[in-house]
Amino acid sequence: MAKKFMYINRKAPYGTIYALESLEVVLIGAAFDQDVSLAFIGDGVYQLTKGQDTKAIGQKNFSPVYSALGDYEVTKIYIEKESLEERGLTLDDLQHLVWEDEDEDYAEKDSIRLVSRAELADVLDEQDVLLSF
Amino acid sequence: MSLLHTVNKSPFESNTLDACLNLAKSGSTVLLIEDGVYAATSGNAVADKIKNTSGINFCVLGPDAQARGIEGKLAEGIKVVDYEGFVDLVAEHDAVQAWL
Amino acid sequence: MKFALQINEGPYQHQAADSAIQFTKAALAKGHEIFRVFFYHDGVNNATRLAIPPQDDRNITQEWVKLQKEHNLDLVVCIAAAQRRGLIDEDEMNRQGKDANNISEGFRISGLGQLIEAGIEADRLIVFGA
Repeated sequence: MAKKFMYINRKAPYGTIYALESLEVVLIGAAFDQDVSLAFIGDGVYQLTKGQDTKAIGQKNFSPVYSALGDYEVTKIYIEKESLEERGLTLDDLQHLVWEDEDEDYAEKDSIRLVSRAELADVLDEQDVLLSF
Repeated sequence: MSLLHTVNKSPFESNTLDACLNLAKSGSTVLLIEDGVYAATSGNAVADKIKNTSGINFCVLGPDAQARGIEGKLAEGIKVVDYEGFVDLVAEHDAVQAWL
Repeated sequence: MKFALQINEGPYQHQAADSAIQFTKAALAKGHEIFRVFFYHDGVNNATRLAIPPQDDRNITQEWVKLQKEHNLDLVVCIAAAQRRGLIDEDEMNRQGKDANNISEGFRISGLGQLIEAGIEADRLIVFGA
C-alpha cells in the first residue's frame, strides 16, 4: 500500500541549497508510486514566486521545474495561507501550477491548494513520512 | 494519528518553534532538542507561549539541557527525556516532523 | 521497530550528526533496527575519511564506522549531493577521472531513491538537520 509522503518546504531558494536539493528528491521520489504532497510553509512560499531571474547571481534558476511537477504526477501542493499573507503575497504572486487529469480527458486542474494553518495541521497529521530539508 | 515534532533552534534566534506550534495539533508532542532546549527554561519570553498551548505534550532532551547548563532552570510541566526517551517518543507517535 | 534516519548536515558545524549518533545508539540499545542512515545536503561530509579532528575531540566519521561494523548499519551517501561537494569513492574516482577519493569504509554511495525506499520500508523516518 502506498504511503503518504509529504515534503515540507520552509526555506527560501538561492540563499541556501535546501530548496533545490529538496526538489531533486521530489523528482526522484515521484517514480516510487507513493501518495506524494508538498507543503510550502514560511519562507518556503518564496520558492514558488513568479519572475525569478538568477542570471546576475551566477546560480541556475530552478523555478521553472515546479511547473513540471504535474507531469511527474505530483499534484497536491499545499500553501499555508497565513505564510503568504505575512509576506504580503497573494496566489497571484506565485506560479500557476497545474496537472492534467487523464481520467477526465486530460482536463487541466490546479495543483495548488491554499489552506489555513488549521487545515494544513490536519493534512500533516495524516502523513506517514515527513521529509524536511 | 499523532505526530512527534522536534524543534532544534533557540526561539530567540529563529521562528522555528512558532512554525511548529502553528501546525502542532492537540494530542501531539513537541520535543525540544539541541538549541531548541532554550525554549524550555522558566521565566523566559516564550514560557507563556508553551504554558498556554493546551493539549500539546512538551518534552525536552535532558542531555542537551544538561550540556547547556539549564537543566536546573527548566519550566514546570515540561518532561525531561534522555535519548532512549527520544526513541520511545518516536516509536509511540505515528510519524516525526523535524522543524529544521 | 524499524527506523530510518536522514542526516542533512555535515559533522562539527552543526549538532545534527552528534544527535543522530546518540539517537542511533539509544535505538539499537533498545532493540530497534536501523534500516538505513541516509546522508544528504552537507550531511555527505560525514563520510570523509580524511578529516583530522583534534585528538581530544570526537571523530564523527569513525563513530559512524564503528556503529556500522558493530551493527551492520547501511550508511548511504547521496551521490548527487556528494559529487557536488567533492565526496567520491574509488569507483567514482575512476569513472570521473579524478586523482583521489575520500569516502570512508563503511559508507556506500547511492542515489536518492534509497531515501525514498527508506521512507517506504522503515516504520519511522527521523530527520536531523540544522
